[in-house]
Amino acid sequence: MKTTVRMRNFILLAAVAVAVVFLPGLLIKIGVIDAYTAQIFTLAGINAIMAISVNIICGVTGQLSLGQAGFMAIGAYVCIWFSQAMHFPLPLAMVTGALFAAVAGFFIGFPTLKLSGDYLAIVTLGFGEILRVIFVNLKVFTGGANGKRFTTILAASADIAWIVIIGTLAAVVIFLQNFLRSTYGRAIFSVREDEIAANSNGISVFKYKMTGFVVAAFVAGLAGALYAPFIGFVKPDLSSFNRSVDYLIYVVLGGMGSVTGSVIAAFVLTYLQEFLRFLKEYRLLIYPVILILVMLFRPQGLLGMKEFSFVRAWQRVTARRGAKDVGK
Amino acid sequence: MSDVLLRVDDISIVFGGLRAVGGFSCELKTGELVGLIGPNGAGKTTVFNMLSGVYTPTEGSICFTDARGRVHSVHEKKPFQLSKIGIARTFQNIRLFGNLTVEDNVLIAMHSQREINPLDAIFRTPRFYRDEERLRAKTLELLALFKIDSKKEELASNLPYGEQRKLEIVRALATNPRLLLLDEPAAGMNPQETQELMGLISFIRKQFNLTILLIEHDMKLVMGICERLIVLDYGRTIAAGLPAEIKENPAVIKAYLGEEAMIDA
Amino acid sequence: METLVVFFQQLINGLSLGSIYALIALGYTMVYGIVMLINFAHGDVLMVGAYTGFYVLHAMGPSPHALALSFVASMIVCAVAGVAIERFAYRPLRSAPRLNSLITAIAVSLILQNGMRVLPFVGPNPRQFPTMPTVNISFGAFGISNIQIIVILVSIVLMLILNYIINWTKTGKAMRAVSFDMRAASLMGISVNRVVAFTFALGSVLAAAGGILFATAYPQIDPTMGAMPGLKAFVAAVLGGIGSVPGAMLGGYILGVAETMTKGFISSQFADAISFSILIVILLVKPTGLMGTKVRVKV
Repeated sequence: MKTTVRMRNFILLAAVAVAVVFLPGLLIKIGVIDAYTAQIFTLAGINAIMAISVNIICGVTGQLSLGQAGFMAIGAYVCIWFSQAMHFPLPLAMVTGALFAAVAGFFIGFPTLKLSGDYLAIVTLGFGEILRVIFVNLKVFTGGANGKRFTTILAASADIAWIVIIGTLAAVVIFLQNFLRSTYGRAIFSVREDEIAANSNGISVFKYKMTGFVVAAFVAGLAGALYAPFIGFVKPDLSSFNRSVDYLIYVVLGGMGSVTGSVIAAFVLTYLQEFLRFLKEYRLLIYPVILILVMLFRPQGLLGMKEFSFVRAWQRVTARRGAKDVGK
Repeated sequence: MSDVLLRVDDISIVFGGLRAVGGFSCELKTGELVGLIGPNGAGKTTVFNMLSGVYTPTEGSICFTDARGRVHSVHEKKPFQLSKIGIARTFQNIRLFGNLTVEDNVLIAMHSQREINPLDAIFRTPRFYRDEERLRAKTLELLALFKIDSKKEELASNLPYGEQRKLEIVRALATNPRLLLLDEPAAGMNPQETQELMGLISFIRKQFNLTILLIEHDMKLVMGICERLIVLDYGRTIAAGLPAEIKENPAVIKAYLGEEAMIDA
Repeated sequence: METLVVFFQQLINGLSLGSIYALIALGYTMVYGIVMLINFAHGDVLMVGAYTGFYVLHAMGPSPHALALSFVASMIVCAVAGVAIERFAYRPLRSAPRLNSLITAIAVSLILQNGMRVLPFVGPNPRQFPTMPTVNISFGAFGISNIQIIVILVSIVLMLILNYIINWTKTGKAMRAVSFDMRAASLMGISVNRVVAFTFALGSVLAAAGGILFATAYPQIDPTMGAMPGLKAFVAAVLGGIGSVPGAMLGGYILGVAETMTKGFISSQFADAISFSILIVILLVKPTGLMGTKVRVKV
């Protein structure tokens, strides 16, 4: 790629990232966006990070993980503990939470990914549920079934919460895309396409599956470590299967091979969830019905394996403008 | 230079109650072009699978000398490890990465030759861009050799059959192998394509200093380019030697009974 | 001496619980053997069976006749449900990537659970399952209840009938053929669709029975009651070797006993965790299960 094109793309993406992270933050601070709306969309940001976590595993291993909520809960509780009991500064506690989740991912992934077959779904499901039981019983550490309170600046200040959380989301998306558009990404896609051929051509299939799984666990832990200080309250059912299914729905609807698709779906559905509150119990019925309809009639979801590209959008916009000039 | 590149000692493999290959031995010297032939189901691909780490032999040993002169026990290694020490293979039923482009298929095979680390990719350092250029340039060179460079942006599954087979070979070459295992490279090709392939195989053997072990049913190709032959039937070696000898060998003719028409070059 | 008493008591409890797990595990293993799908909704079919039985017993009042009728009614309802689910949710996806079918199965499971919650005459609150008065037969310090005897006996009878169907009837032979190689079986003139539907029906019938037996032994029913037993039964199927019918029976009993032993000797809170620990261990040590065979991929 020529350097000038490279520079243009970099500036374009940097501008978009800065705008998305700081502009709404400013609007929240001066009150143009009210706190309630801010909270919904900030929560959507966390959901988007979780959706990316599920997406990574789906994309790398071709299997389903139904326990990402478990890693999120680990990130949340560990972050709280290191912040309250060990007096770590909040950013450090958050990173520690994510790291613990990554380690858990390593131990869960290692035996399971060696196997061929659909075992990952069941194992991760069990993992999430056992974790919930453990969290309920470890009252000293987690406050038991009643949960644990964790008031921080993120819970108090909506604009800082937005900047931190959406900033993290932007960073995750950017780093992940960079990673996938490289020889590492190609290696990962080759594993998804044909494991035996990939193996015979120098790709250590197991290593890449493990990498994907541990990175996904880290990302989920990061989401949890952001969730705890933001919401200010964590209960053991954060780890439950039902929550893992929520994140799965975002990925399916957005497109199982698309990172940007998952983000878009997470934002749309999180907003919709608030909007549909009046449906009460029926809400729980609608999501699985939508899931089946998508699977039957549009299994690739919104974006399939494509990514929404700001660069391409820019090119289309400028091309149209250029054509208009020529027309004159 | 005629060092022993590959020494296979009495390997066998048993699936359930069936001994698919029994007591197979051979020695490949560097630079040789050897053909592995035999009727369908004789165990030829099974031998390849053992040589490339897909199966582990239940008995026997396989030793391979890499470019640095180190000897490795093949039978204890996994396919990706063998790829790194210089054994490459193609598959009987093409196994390309169908939903990826032609270029990507070859780039993937060069993954182990990267000179960057994950951080370079994540943070898009100049080193990352340099390495990508280097790998893409090499890919283009290889594709051009086989005249499929113009199709580098096409999805591999959209290529015509003959070009898919060529791409598999290009991909295998991209791993910088010393030993190339070709499994029925001419399957499904017409006589013209087969002739072209024969030329290509001879060419790459010289150009890349390869040792080639080749499974084929097309006797014209086998007789045309192989220096010597090993014949397998029901998992056992029934004959080995020069093509001219093998052609007249009664055991071989008996094994191929019913396919005599193929054995006239 | 005390330990021995607890041991035998929990053994009896485990056989009873294990019978139920075995019945459900059979449904999982047969479906997986034939269409390579983990039918997430299977545990919820158990729930549907339990509720059907509930309404029959409620209408007729608890009596042996009513109980028998409730078995029949719920078996019919669940068989229909199982076949319908297969026909409308799974069959269209038979040629799609397995991931898609798995997601659909999860969705069906959620629809069953939440659907029951929303239905006005069901509702999310737990109901009391009408059960017979418990009569304990004691052997000294430990004993067995009439309910447990019924659970074990009914399960054994059903498993024997299943065994007969699979091994001694033409349909059973067709089932085995399809699970071996679907395409070859269809080329031999076997109607794959009918065999698959029959398999789902059979599994659902067993789940229905399992549901009523479960509700009889643990009389609180609610729309999410099927999730945990379903999951554990799946673990039992994996333990025995997924795809293997005798394996599912064996796995069910082993899991049931393991769970009750944990309840008796360690703590009841860890009883849930034990099944997943067994899952991890078996996947580490012998992933094909106790009675499963290794499948080789042809390259």
